[in-house]
Amino acid sequence: MSADLTREDVIKVAALARLRLTDAEVDLFRDQLAAVLGHADDLASLGADNVAPTAHPFGLTNVLREDVIRPSVDRDIVLAAAPDAQDGRFGVPRIVGEAP
Amino acid sequence: MRSALDIAQSVRAGGSARAAVEATVAAVAARNEELNVFLHVDADAALAEADAIDARVAAGEDPGILAGVPVAIKDNICQTGVPTTCSSKILEGWRPPYNATVIDRLRAAGAIPFGKTNLDEFAMGSSTENSAFGPTRNPLDPSRVPGGSSGGSAAAVAANMTPLSLGSDTGGSIRQPAALCGLVGVKPTYGLVSRYGLIAFASSLDQIGPFAHSVTDAALLLEAISGHDPLDSTSLPEPAPSLVAHVNDGVAGKRVAWVRELVEGADESVVASVEKAREALRDAGATIVELSIPELRLGLSAYYLIAPAEASSNLARYDGVRFGQRVDGEDVTAMMEATRTAGFGAEVKRRIMLGTYALSAGYFDAYYGQALKVRTLMIEAFSRAYGEADMLLGATTPSVAFEFGSKTKDPMAMYLSDVFTIPTNLAGDAAISVPVGTGEAGLPIGVQLLGPGRSEASLFAAARVLEKAEGRS
Repeated sequence: MSADLTREDVIKVAALARLRLTDAEVDLFRDQLAAVLGHADDLASLGADNVAPTAHPFGLTNVLREDVIRPSVDRDIVLAAAPDAQDGRFGVPRIVGEAP
Repeated sequence: MRSALDIAQSVRAGGSARAAVEATVAAVAARNEELNVFLHVDADAALAEADAIDARVAAGEDPGILAGVPVAIKDNICQTGVPTTCSSKILEGWRPPYNATVIDRLRAAGAIPFGKTNLDEFAMGSSTENSAFGPTRNPLDPSRVPGGSSGGSAAAVAANMTPLSLGSDTGGSIRQPAALCGLVGVKPTYGLVSRYGLIAFASSLDQIGPFAHSVTDAALLLEAISGHDPLDSTSLPEPAPSLVAHVNDGVAGKRVAWVRELVEGADESVVASVEKAREALRDAGATIVELSIPELRLGLSAYYLIAPAEASSNLARYDGVRFGQRVDGEDVTAMMEATRTAGFGAEVKRRIMLGTYALSAGYFDAYYGQALKVRTLMIEAFSRAYGEADMLLGATTPSVAFEFGSKTKDPMAMYLSDVFTIPTNLAGDAAISVPVGTGEAGLPIGVQLLGPGRSEASLFAAARVLEKAEGRS
């Protein structure tokens, strides 16, 4: 299935990942990703239909701690590390388009 | 150089922490330009910490088991007051607002965090060639790589700059550079060491661990940093294990399995080192069995789906909004794309792409879902093996340290250098690499001992047997 990886697939994935690729990078990544995914095709042939997936080695669930108030990092310190901050908030470029 | 144990014992008895830090400052001045080990050093701050330790001893206090010992820190571990870059342009200039738990634990044990070491960008790589700030050179042969991704931390100890260092191991990033630099390196049981303040690469696999010249020094450092941390929800619930007290327990009566899949494909000299280790363990009273665990062959493929999938999610936070670099764009999406395109290097982009693809609609079940099932098969296979043996023996890496540029053109060739170390991360288990024998050009070879979760004490004791058999007392 990985041999079918197309340039269009690479361009689509790059957009999902918020990355811009040059034409040369699209070709390079297509070849390199296909090579890695080719190895992964070994896994598909295993027939592990009845095996439960493991997302975490020890399967911890619902880890709780005492609900105790502890100091946290001051907002001004956090905002000072941001590329842009205004009025106690993170600043970003326009998110929505102009009204039609 | 003096061992960490020697420095700490001396400082606790009234010796000089300042002298220990001065030795480190001099060693860094002598070779850092050539080797590119440290991305950031604040010698004055470290000397001030040393003076404070000396003052506490003079006042009758005991600073702890690592009193006055300088420890180099991989630059993906947050420390306040100094930059943390992950060797990425996207974080250049960023200073973390809090300390990783391991930094606080080091100081609570009297140690002195000394400088931030180079790594493959976001810990993705096996040679430290992927750093945005240039590669680190192997102190034993500067024409070769130190391994990676914790190459700077390995080189700091191998070049006798610091007696100890911290790295992180997601698929072998401590054990592989330890092997290539002739050091002891440990990947602890998942959850033994807090990940709070370790910048996430693949959260279900990442674990902080020690580099040292000796098994005892590695045990000392691991003991100081491990134990439950309420700030890490995946932290094991128990306190730090006692390790130093057990390093001389030996292997009498232990069952050690030589594992076919942990040597196959390795260079002849590496296979010979594993044989040498097997004989040394047998001579020390261990029972040797031979096992084949075919599931281990699936590890590499499963890892290169699971780790990139987790990375693609973890690295979504580098979007130019809250910290790090921003490249402007006309709207928020354009800004994020411009920032990430300029800030990430090629290997990081490759893994984000791979992970995004493995998680995307239509491919999730075939790739990521299947890899998680393979992870289950691997855990079950290890569990069966640990029914027949107390620990497993194999190689750490297929070869000795390789030359610069020899694997950078072909990602798959680079990925294969972690083929023996990856299964332990997938299982969440513990493993240690210890130098045994030499190969091409007299370069060191690492032999790996693997055990189930929480088996560190037995692994250290077995590694100590190998260290003594190699004539390192």
